[in-house]
Amino acid sequence: NLTCSSAQIASTQLREVTDMSGVRKPYKELIDVCWCDPHSVGVKPLTFVRQVLAACVYPQLMKSHELPLDVRQRAQWLLGRCDGGSVGSYNAQPCIPEIIEKVSEFTTRRDGGVPSYPENIFISTGSQWAIMVDILNVLVNSEASPKTGVLTPAPCHVTSMMSITALGAAAVPYYLTEEQGWTLQVEELQRALESAKGVCNPVALYVINPGNPAGLVQSRKSMQEVIRFASEKRLFLLADEVYQDFVYGENREFVSYKRVLAEMGPPYSDTVELVSFHSTSKGFMGECGMRGGYVELVNLDPAVQKHIFKLISKSSCTPVLAQMALDLMVNPPQPGDPSYPLYNQQTQHIKNMLAQNVKTTHEVLNSLPGVISQPVEGGAFVFPRVFLPPKAIQKAEEEGMQPDTFYCVRLLEETGVLCCPGSEFEQKEGTYHIRYNLTYTSHLLRHLTTFHTKFMKDFS
Amino acid sequence: MSQQAVNGVPSRGKVLTVDNMNPNVKRVEYAVRGPIVQRAVQIEKELREGVKKPFTEVIKANIGDAHAMGQKPITFLRQVLALCAYPELMEDNKFPEDAKKRAQRILDACGGHSIGAYSASQGIECVRQDVARYIEKRDGGIPSNPDSIYLSTGASDAIVTMLKLLVCGEGHDRTGVMISIPQYPLYSAALADLGAVQISYYLDEDKCWSLDVAELRRALNAARQHCNPRVLCIINPGNPTGQVQSRQCIEDVIKFAKEEHLFLMADEVYQDNVYAEGCKFHSFKKVLFEMGPEYSSTVEMASFHSTSKCYMGECGFRGGYMEVINMDPEVKAQLIKLVSVRLCPPVPGQALLDLVVNPPQPDEPSYTTFMKERTAVLAALAEKAKLTEEIFNTVPGITCNPVQGAMYTFPRITLPQKAIDKAKEQGQVPDMYYCMRLLEEEGICLVPGSGFGQREGTFHFRMTILPPTEKLKVVLQKIRDFHLRFTQEFS
Repeated sequence: NLTCSSAQIASTQLREVTDMSGVRKPYKELIDVCWCDPHSVGVKPLTFVRQVLAACVYPQLMKSHELPLDVRQRAQWLLGRCDGGSVGSYNAQPCIPEIIEKVSEFTTRRDGGVPSYPENIFISTGSQWAIMVDILNVLVNSEASPKTGVLTPAPCHVTSMMSITALGAAAVPYYLTEEQGWTLQVEELQRALESAKGVCNPVALYVINPGNPAGLVQSRKSMQEVIRFASEKRLFLLADEVYQDFVYGENREFVSYKRVLAEMGPPYSDTVELVSFHSTSKGFMGECGMRGGYVELVNLDPAVQKHIFKLISKSSCTPVLAQMALDLMVNPPQPGDPSYPLYNQQTQHIKNMLAQNVKTTHEVLNSLPGVISQPVEGGAFVFPRVFLPPKAIQKAEEEGMQPDTFYCVRLLEETGVLCCPGSEFEQKEGTYHIRYNLTYTSHLLRHLTTFHTKFMKDFS
Repeated sequence: MSQQAVNGVPSRGKVLTVDNMNPNVKRVEYAVRGPIVQRAVQIEKELREGVKKPFTEVIKANIGDAHAMGQKPITFLRQVLALCAYPELMEDNKFPEDAKKRAQRILDACGGHSIGAYSASQGIECVRQDVARYIEKRDGGIPSNPDSIYLSTGASDAIVTMLKLLVCGEGHDRTGVMISIPQYPLYSAALADLGAVQISYYLDEDKCWSLDVAELRRALNAARQHCNPRVLCIINPGNPTGQVQSRQCIEDVIKFAKEEHLFLMADEVYQDNVYAEGCKFHSFKKVLFEMGPEYSSTVEMASFHSTSKCYMGECGFRGGYMEVINMDPEVKAQLIKLVSVRLCPPVPGQALLDLVVNPPQPDEPSYTTFMKERTAVLAALAEKAKLTEEIFNTVPGITCNPVQGAMYTFPRITLPQKAIDKAKEQGQVPDMYYCMRLLEEEGICLVPGSGFGQREGTFHFRMTILPPTEKLKVVLQKIRDFHLRFTQEFS
């Protein structure tokens, strides 16, 4: 039941090129900006986080005074929450309850006081696992005919698409409006829903905010429209909010779906069923390898919620270290804490780097002929449109590749820069894009500029 | 007019209800963390709040969680992992050189030298290579290919992934999966979740829970009527039963799998936990290859291992792997896709696994302490296994097979008819009623045998042998006293 999409072929081809060991390459180093994996491109882990985790793993470290006091206190508190005082235990409940309380306090603070209930929160092994195993698995009846449908943004990142199809459901794309900065139009949601008639039975609406790969940050108005649509059309709302810490631009702020929903008041606030996802992989921590995250449920049928929690207990718990990382994410050092100055310095550095990169990438890309890049308001990626010359498209076809895959393969071969082709992301037919993440070094833009100029010339 | 009004659906009806949710999920049960554990957690809360009870703590002997029961982590493992988490510690001369070397090697294999970076979906390459080398060494030199090794989030993740790959078909063609009774309820839960057909084969309690191929054949033939049997799962050493299969038995199972064209899934997470005299762990892979090419080049198999059990007990790290043998290359391609959806297994768990398969060598500084700690853990478990069997067998109404391996005992309890009736009155399965009473009266949390499967009319419970020896003695005594009281009450 897993079909091999063209997207998979594209990434396999790209990976094959990177695996060409023994073949002389014109570049000195591989710059892999395909994923949002900050540590792999040189962003340093946050010191406070790593000190606490190390002390939890090897508590002897707490005996010396080399670690700051707040580190030692936090590690002690966290270990006290583990059965047997060890990060190696399962814990009676799959999610450490005190950490869930901290998460709940976090979302309440973040959402301007909108109440958050610990019994509606669970800790997950990364957001992708949560989406597929914990939530979609409950939503999707693989034996149903017609198939269960999930409205998904186009463009959309590939793992969520795969999760949906792997469960035997159908993804129903709704296209974001590129020319308007990738905004979500309700009319397009309507069109998508109608296109599903007779094909599948849409039950859920998946939104990514801040977006991936599209760098939009939804306005409150847009979010209200989505909520109203979900309510009217009786759709279950899945809000992927893992990039909530990455918001750029003057007039943009991240507001959670939970907050907007609550502020809309009844009937929406107590009827629309919403699941929000967050993760320790993104944001300033960038701890992708830990596989930690959380899910917050709003307005779910209590009997269904019980089944979800039962499923979670069966998967025998998120790694304990990941649960601790989650605590550190929702409850970071505060002004006055010994670790605060360094913590603040490190997070500011990342913030500044990203803001700078957003600015320069926008300028550089839009100065290249045949490239249009929408302003990136948030998220970790830039998704510029590349207007490929007909000769290049033809050459790509000859080589059995999607045109933007061909572009990315050439880019890799000539410069060592590895980007993802837009064909992996359900882009509009006839358009071509590339995606790369914003935690890059200056070499990237230089290579890209040189390559692109040459490419356009070669295929003119 | 709104969609709701058009459909005539009451406007406050939920979109997702138990009626339209995935029906398979409703069938999932997982006894190890089921209602009895929920009650245990509640009781703990009450104790903290000062509620008076006949006991001061709840002893959770329901789950195979060694550290929760006081087993100490192995120093070397934790030192390397701390160095991986916070590499600045490499400057600290309190850490031995071999720990630093291992940590450096692991970090060098991680993106940006950080365990916070994603790894390849199949797992960090050098860890898979180390796992392959470990398997080769364990199995007397039989080659292991790192490309056939898939790291996972604990063995459970790999088991579920394999089952997902194997289960297909509709109606009479629906995949049937053979699993022992009693079994570790992850299997029954996963099969329910996937809508697969569970084919139960009974282990022989009178013969120390051994596996009989005749019973496999019986179960298979009966199942062929209504499903398409394709998979045979076996847990060795066994959970909950603790039996360690003889080499002959393993050969017989392999022959059976070949004859009946079944995919073998060998759950070997307790491979270091072997206690009884005359018992030895034989890996399915080793036996398969020693049976010659007729078998070793045809039988399709997956073996599973984990960092949660043995002497490490590091359940919370979620480290594990599976090795696949003779898998069709096209299926392998699908497997790679399936694992990539989860992105990657937790990197700290992968690092831990690397240390487990690549422990300190005799010429390294940490060797002595490491071996001392490892031996102590395994020796204590062996002692507790024996103690448990001895004490339970002194209780009239409790019969306990020798705990040959793993971490549990699964004794059979005789319940008076009146107790069975009382349970039915309360709407409870008899051994659940028994275990709930034990929990309320003594604060000991066990899992009723009904959660694992047992022959009709028999009752059991599963208890871990993990509490420290002195505490275990007290627990055994309390269960003995409770059983006698209970029997008396319902006589």
